[in-house]
Amino acid sequence: MKLIFEKSVSGRKSYSLPKLDVKESQIDIPEHLVRNEAPILPELYEVDIVRHYNQLATLNHSVDRGFYPLGSCTMKYNPFLNEEVASLNGFKFIHPYQEESTVQGALELMYELQEFLKEITGMANVTLQPAAGAHGELTGMLIIKKYLQENNLGHKNEVIIPDSAHGTNPASAVMAGFEVVKVNSNNEGRVDLDHLKSLVNENTAAIMLTNPNTLGFFEKDILKISDLMHKNDALLYYDGANLNAIMGKVRPGDNGFDVVHLNLHKTFSTPHGMGGPGSGPIAVKSYLKEYLPKPVVGMKESGEYYFDYDISKSVGKMRSFYGNFLVLVKAYTYILSLGKEGLKKVSELATLNANYLKEKLSKFLNVAYPDVCKHEFVIKGTSLKDYGVSTLDFAKRLLDYGIHPPTVYFPLIVDEAMMIEPTETESKETLDEVAAIYEKIVEEARREPDKLKEAPLTLPIKRLDEVKANKELNVKFD
Amino acid sequence: MNDFPYLPHTQKDIEEMFSFLGIKDIDELYRDIPALFKGELNIPSGLSEIEVKERLTDLAQLNKNMEEYGIFRGAGIYNHYIPSVIYPLASNRNFLTAYTPYQAEVSQGTLQILYEYQTQICNLTAMEVSNSSMYDGASALAEAILMAKRINGKNRVLMSKTVHPEYQEVSKTYVKVQGMDIEQIDYLSETGQLDLADLTSKITEETSCVVVSYPNFFGVIEDLKVIREKVPSEVVFIVVTYPISLGLLEAPGKFCADIVVGEGQSLGNTPSFGGPGLGIFASKKKYIRKMPGRIIGETVDQDGKRGFCMVLQTREQHIRREKSTSNICSNHAFNALVASLYLNVMGKQGIKEVSLQNYHKAHYLAKKLVETEKFKPVFDGPFFNEFVLESKIDPELLNEKLLEQHYFGPLILKNFYKEMGNKVLFCATELTKKRDIDFLCSFLEGLS
Repeated sequence: MKLIFEKSVSGRKSYSLPKLDVKESQIDIPEHLVRNEAPILPELYEVDIVRHYNQLATLNHSVDRGFYPLGSCTMKYNPFLNEEVASLNGFKFIHPYQEESTVQGALELMYELQEFLKEITGMANVTLQPAAGAHGELTGMLIIKKYLQENNLGHKNEVIIPDSAHGTNPASAVMAGFEVVKVNSNNEGRVDLDHLKSLVNENTAAIMLTNPNTLGFFEKDILKISDLMHKNDALLYYDGANLNAIMGKVRPGDNGFDVVHLNLHKTFSTPHGMGGPGSGPIAVKSYLKEYLPKPVVGMKESGEYYFDYDISKSVGKMRSFYGNFLVLVKAYTYILSLGKEGLKKVSELATLNANYLKEKLSKFLNVAYPDVCKHEFVIKGTSLKDYGVSTLDFAKRLLDYGIHPPTVYFPLIVDEAMMIEPTETESKETLDEVAAIYEKIVEEARREPDKLKEAPLTLPIKRLDEVKANKELNVKFD
Repeated sequence: MNDFPYLPHTQKDIEEMFSFLGIKDIDELYRDIPALFKGELNIPSGLSEIEVKERLTDLAQLNKNMEEYGIFRGAGIYNHYIPSVIYPLASNRNFLTAYTPYQAEVSQGTLQILYEYQTQICNLTAMEVSNSSMYDGASALAEAILMAKRINGKNRVLMSKTVHPEYQEVSKTYVKVQGMDIEQIDYLSETGQLDLADLTSKITEETSCVVVSYPNFFGVIEDLKVIREKVPSEVVFIVVTYPISLGLLEAPGKFCADIVVGEGQSLGNTPSFGGPGLGIFASKKKYIRKMPGRIIGETVDQDGKRGFCMVLQTREQHIRREKSTSNICSNHAFNALVASLYLNVMGKQGIKEVSLQNYHKAHYLAKKLVETEKFKPVFDGPFFNEFVLESKIDPELLNEKLLEQHYFGPLILKNFYKEMGNKVLFCATELTKKRDIDFLCSFLEGLS
């Protein structure tokens, strides 16, 4: 498809501004600071733009179009109601520096959301400021860093992270000034407790855990892990990417976690928007309250809401203003819609769906670990290698059937991994159909492997040359 | 009967699935959890769509919004016109409900949009490469400073005191744990521009980068040419910009900026209480491997047909893990889409015209306000669409009175700069009408 720049025709325009209603002033900017060549931007008629984007939209897979089981991304259905209320003028057109008395509705919403998230996680305090999950991780790790420094434990500089963890965990720990130590998974797909014990020492600052982990399993030794860490004055950080499996069933705070982040765009179904904006609130135990980024939303005795900047040991600010407010509106809406029983049901059905699909697929593909999973599971694509087919080929063939492939080649510790997360919003019929398609493609791999190696065969674009893209970098149109 | 919205399972489905799995109870799937939560969450039971909508509408109505109130406040988030075509197109659910384009062949919509966005940002800033978005202007600046350290290995940051105060705070949070420290460069009390002598005296062997804002927090336009002359070539020159001003102002890339960052909210994104915004991030091409964030590149498919995919992922956290250029995973792609749409609608002429209108409205407002004799000009440096005035009326009282008249008044600067006393920051955009300016001035006549 043509680029928008290639559709540009000099002299076309699709904007209209009113005639300037004030007297023009002289431009008193030094000449060398005045732009003499207008930026090269497309010149188009409005309908050119409308058609361009409508055509582009047909080239995307989305949750609204079909099954999208990206493991660890939680691509559940996104309610229309969330979008509608987030587009109310009273939310969209408010300025971050308005007087507090004029934004009481926004503050009340944020305050209540803080309360809900505290309850769901079993933690004492919440900040809504982080803009994404990884931003929450960084915030949480900075809090841990500062807490350790303030309590004469500044020598603790090692953060233990499982080999199955999201790449953001080690990256965030390093950005917060820690060194990363890797703990192995055992043959059950959980943290190897003996290996962990051998790693914990006086320099251990924290462990970062996703629970359920990225292999789909609950760390059933969590209470032992938590004891071990706390006995060594180390903290537990909870990566909330997989919270979708456990709402109302188990609370990280009750399991000994000290800091928790949440991914509102995953668990609370604010849409992913092609890669963001998300929102990554963090929750902490009460002893870490004074370290939260400024401000949090408080309520006065009078019932009036306010931004509380009085946080004595705050790590500082993590972003401008108060967080991704419109995303918060959607998450709040989602929680109100489902309520306590609904959220629990969400987790139960997400887990039921994952186990159901796992059992169905296990008849013709290798499940990496056999145990009962939570809301996702990992397939080991190595059996396809017998036919000369890779997990990538398998994934590309799925595209021809109108379903999105799972997350592939992650977690890193499973060969030819496919991580599948159906989520609770898929019906039994969809899961049955998907299982049938997977079976059909396994059969194709056996009989006509070339079909998979050349896939996708039916899309407007065939398989892309990613090596060329990286070798001959072209990141802007000239 | 299904009791919960968004959950498709009938009781029959659940029973069949249980039977397939050989379980009787859902908790059999939770048997490995040592400490199941036995209680009930202390949050309300679910509400119907009607009830939820009523609740949210009530909350929204408690907020005074700038569709019904006039606004003379900017300071990082601006009230600009958003052309009608933008949100209906952007809100297409094939954009909204898609994720990171991990499978390029079914994400060409996303990928092409972001490639076009990168091109537009490069053209607007006159930089060679852009990533496909960051969270906001403040975190983009913090990441730019960390990138400067990756470029030259040095630890000292010189930051103009007139960079947005919140950006300065965020930068401090990010860089402190990396052993970097930030020193402020003063501004001249006459012009409101960077004090060049102060800058020169503070540059040392250890300086990693110099950060200036263009225009700065006081709305004053810095002379990037003379500043650049004072910054040695091995020091990374970072410019924080306000994209709407670049229709009128010479692009930072023309002054040899190494990294340009900024808040892209003004490009079609709603003010939204300050979030989500759009972090703009562009740099010279030679630094592309040190850049944080996702980058989209052009390539071809098996038939030689043009297509797009993510590139340089070996810099990113999912491959490089603790050695990655940053921890960014989700970015603000949707806001980049909106910005790209805005730049397409405004086009080459529109961006210039809107920029000029901002300039003229603000200069008219400044002139009229000074004529009321309730205000005195503070700086004589050139300004774009914001400016500082010293108010003879107590700023709190001024804003309280304006609020009664359904106007958000200027920003009170002493909340950010202690030395600022009664000084306030006014803003006008293309949406500021002459009749609002005239009303403001006549209303002020009666205030003391």
